[in-house]
Amino acid sequence: MIETKYLIIGNSAGGIGAAEAIREVDRVGRVTIVSDEPYPVYSRPLISKYLAGKTAFESIMYRDADFYNKNDITVLLGRRINVLGISRHRAELEDGEDIRWEKALIAVGGRPIVPRVRGLKKKGVSSFVTLDDAKRIGGLIDSRQRAVVIGGGLIGISATEALSKRGIKVTVVEMKDRVLNTILDETGSRLVDDVIRRAGVEVICGRTVAQIVGQPTKSNQVGGVILDNGVQLPCDLVVVAIGVVPRLELATGTSLEIGRGILVDRHMATSVPDVYACGDVAEAYDFVYGANRVVPVWPTAYIGGRVAGYNMAGRKMEYDGGTSMNSLSYFGVSVISAGLVAPEGQGYEALSRLNGARYRKLVLKDNRIVGMVFVNDIERAGIVFGLMKDAVDVSTFKEALAGEDFSLVSLPASLRAARRGMPGWNLFRPAVQ
Amino acid sequence: MKRIQAREDVCMACRLCEVNCLIEHSLSKDPVKAYKKEVPRAMPRVRVDEKSSVSFATLCHHCEQPVCVYSCITGAMGKDPVTGVVSVNQDKCVGCWTCVMVCPFGAILPDTLRGKATKCDLCVHRETPACVENCPNQALMVVEEKVAVPVH
Repeated sequence: MIETKYLIIGNSAGGIGAAEAIREVDRVGRVTIVSDEPYPVYSRPLISKYLAGKTAFESIMYRDADFYNKNDITVLLGRRINVLGISRHRAELEDGEDIRWEKALIAVGGRPIVPRVRGLKKKGVSSFVTLDDAKRIGGLIDSRQRAVVIGGGLIGISATEALSKRGIKVTVVEMKDRVLNTILDETGSRLVDDVIRRAGVEVICGRTVAQIVGQPTKSNQVGGVILDNGVQLPCDLVVVAIGVVPRLELATGTSLEIGRGILVDRHMATSVPDVYACGDVAEAYDFVYGANRVVPVWPTAYIGGRVAGYNMAGRKMEYDGGTSMNSLSYFGVSVISAGLVAPEGQGYEALSRLNGARYRKLVLKDNRIVGMVFVNDIERAGIVFGLMKDAVDVSTFKEALAGEDFSLVSLPASLRAARRGMPGWNLFRPAVQ
Repeated sequence: MKRIQAREDVCMACRLCEVNCLIEHSLSKDPVKAYKKEVPRAMPRVRVDEKSSVSFATLCHHCEQPVCVYSCITGAMGKDPVTGVVSVNQDKCVGCWTCVMVCPFGAILPDTLRGKATKCDLCVHRETPACVENCPNQALMVVEEKVAVPVH
């Protein structure tokens, strides 16, 4: 039986954020992190770089090798918790051992969505979410030449770049009419699409993969895919990248309230006392939507984790909220996107500027920024993100927002003074008692 | 918490801060070589924003709650627990520009030639930061910010 004050299930951004916040407040209470992966914390977004560059694990480690020791954190790697044990505060590990805990954090993240496609079990088919996925693909890559990437979203494009860099000919099959459709508008997608095609990648939109087929002489090795329109694409590698969903196994069948993810309040607390959740598994406050949403991005996972950690350790802090926010640089094109980028319905105003491949678009509602898309022209994007996060009324300077030289000097004097003088943000503030 | 504050009321946008920052962070530390020989040229970590007669320098605030550090996907961004300086580990940085996306001051500059995020390092290796020392108008000063945690 393991005894711990703080049980953190998950060893990625959220879990580490929580552990670091706890240790700021409580240097004594035992902190135990449990992960079903065998690795010290690494950056999941970097598995693309890992696959592309044949680099060592050290290059994608998120913290130093002595991080756990230095912070007096017990870490159990390669072990899975099957039952959280809410009422008895006693978790059960798959290998039979129990963990008695006082406060628990579910930071288990998401798992890849599995499409309903025949042939997924053939050799040469993989998802692209964990380091083990990247290693699996990396182990095959030298004997492969053509890949089909199912899904033209963030994970798909990331996998595509890695494969291209390793000399693989890639075809992306995207269900909707354009790539990166969840984070870009039509113009943004087109700019990225142009660059990807010029790099030799084939992009097929508006189609899905109906079946994965084997090779004529080796039926258990992937030999191609058949699209929903019957078109056959030969390939010897398939990457499934259609998205992730929260891993809800620990919550299912318990009294934990779930929506799409585990619901949490502004203290990252779940519906059950002493149990918190953060990161890709959680459904937390989104300040653009003004409602709870699952927002599976690294920054919100880490920050949400910190808030959870503070609260677990007894320092009541409130989460300001997160929103969809992505910054990526693939195939030489840089994209920054946050908030609502292609809203439906009434009441939205769009301001944009397109100069060749440099694009900025802002989406406003009631004179407040609710969305932003920047392609290649990304300098000082954080100023705009900050105005969006703080719901600042931009009516007096909105024409300048999409302009070439938008910066703090473009703001009216009083707002400028306030924003220049602030001692950074308060991402989480002490809750009013 | 130390940081460099720019005074809008006396800044005349001469950009000597940018020039001196560039030279300070160049390989040669020599103005002519830094500008005309080094390739790629060093990047200044300070930037003057100017609109008609209004101008001021923008630099990293070395925030108490550094959102860039919290958002960094590689762990390259870090805040020194002793000096409070927020800095970018150039080996770990992959140029994803997440920090550029979240810095409310726009103080992190994307060095697109090197593919690394660049920002003020408070010239920790100097007694006085290069920009502060060379500003002709004393428009830049090192300030010690009290850590205020407002209660809403």
